[in-house]
Amino acid sequence: MAKTVDARGLSCPQPVILARKAIAEGEFPIEVLVDTVTSRENVRRMAEKAGYKVRVEEMGEEFKLILNR
Amino acid sequence: MRERLTRFFASRWGIILAGAVIGILAPLLQFLGNPPNMGICVACFERDIAGALGLHRAAVVQYIRPEIIGFVWGSTIAALLFREFKARAGSAPIVRYFLGMFAMIGALAFLGCPWRALLRLAGGDLNAILGLAGLAVGISIGVLFLKSGYSLGRTARTHMAVGWITPIFMGLLFLLLLLRPQFSKDGPIFFSTSGPGSLHAPLIISLVFGLLIGFLAQRTRFCTMGALRDVILMKDTHLISGVGALLVVAFIVNLILGQVRFGFAGQPIAHSSHLWNFLGMALAGLAFALAGGCPGRQLFLAGEGDGDAGLFVLGMITGAGFSHNFSLAGKPDAVVEGALQVGGLTTFGMVAVLFGLVACLVIGFTMRERA
Repeated sequence: MAKTVDARGLSCPQPVILARKAIAEGEFPIEVLVDTVTSRENVRRMAEKAGYKVRVEEMGEEFKLILNR
Repeated sequence: MRERLTRFFASRWGIILAGAVIGILAPLLQFLGNPPNMGICVACFERDIAGALGLHRAAVVQYIRPEIIGFVWGSTIAALLFREFKARAGSAPIVRYFLGMFAMIGALAFLGCPWRALLRLAGGDLNAILGLAGLAVGISIGVLFLKSGYSLGRTARTHMAVGWITPIFMGLLFLLLLLRPQFSKDGPIFFSTSGPGSLHAPLIISLVFGLLIGFLAQRTRFCTMGALRDVILMKDTHLISGVGALLVVAFIVNLILGQVRFGFAGQPIAHSSHLWNFLGMALAGLAFALAGGCPGRQLFLAGEGDGDAGLFVLGMITGAGFSHNFSLAGKPDAVVEGALQVGGLTTFGMVAVLFGLVACLVIGFTMRERA
């Protein structure tokens, strides 16, 4: 069961904070929805630094980051 | 090509490059005419713009600074070229407007925004240490709020016009700068003939350097507040490596240009009232953290189409008007008949900084979303 974090429309550092909270809860995979390149890169950088695998799907003007162990 | 450039700018080397370029251009702006230790100061420059428009009547600080215009347009150009221009607004706008005001009141108490704090330090002005310490404390308080669910709410995509308002407003300011109209006898547009407002690099150079910095900062998401915040929040050093590059390079360039003088007392356009340097920047730091960006970042966001950031900028500009009209701004150290007169704040200024801190704490406490 994928956990979804909807961080669309939230300004930094909210997307990263919410993603980190989801990671701490430990239910993988985690889907993080963002709608800016900035948020996409911030979440990706945080997740990769924490050792998780990140896959990015582009959906129009939004991005879905899928985090896995 | 665009994809490769985007990845470079998003990388650590990209933001270090941006910081280094700013570290070269800012001291150069000072060398070419901008005030001492003020090659770039977003707060001071927005205050100068407020003065030029007549929003305050402090005659020594009135000039439409092209750097601010360049920051916004440079960001707009970058956003358009890389397809990141997005008109968006709607995230607690009035709160952001007042956060901008409080941020300016705090910054003017210290006589600088975080950019100038770094440049003052790079010029030997050790008072900046107090300022940066206060900034860190203010941001730390903001981080506590962020961790406990503080949020100004979601922004929403909106009509193109909303995104273009700030860039067009900057265009109007540029026209006023060029045409120098006088709207009434003894009225605006004012151009200081003495004091810091009269010290400026040639217009074209200020504009071009501003455009360059605006472009690089938009691409790399350069943010002096975020730099400290990310270290405090999650030990992330990406943004601070850019800020560190700015500081180191600016110091080296200042040494080469002979623009370094170490000390606390009598530093240019600065005061050595330690407590209020600290508290002023604490207020500014808290306000920037609550609003999601340092004053430079707010300009770059506004250039990208963010209407809420544009409101923060307007809050800062009008806040500068209030600050000088109500005698809230810091007064620099002065040497009178050989004796040092430590500058600082009036009682009004002190009350305003404390009030601002309380107001920001209230905003932080009350705008939290329970998980």
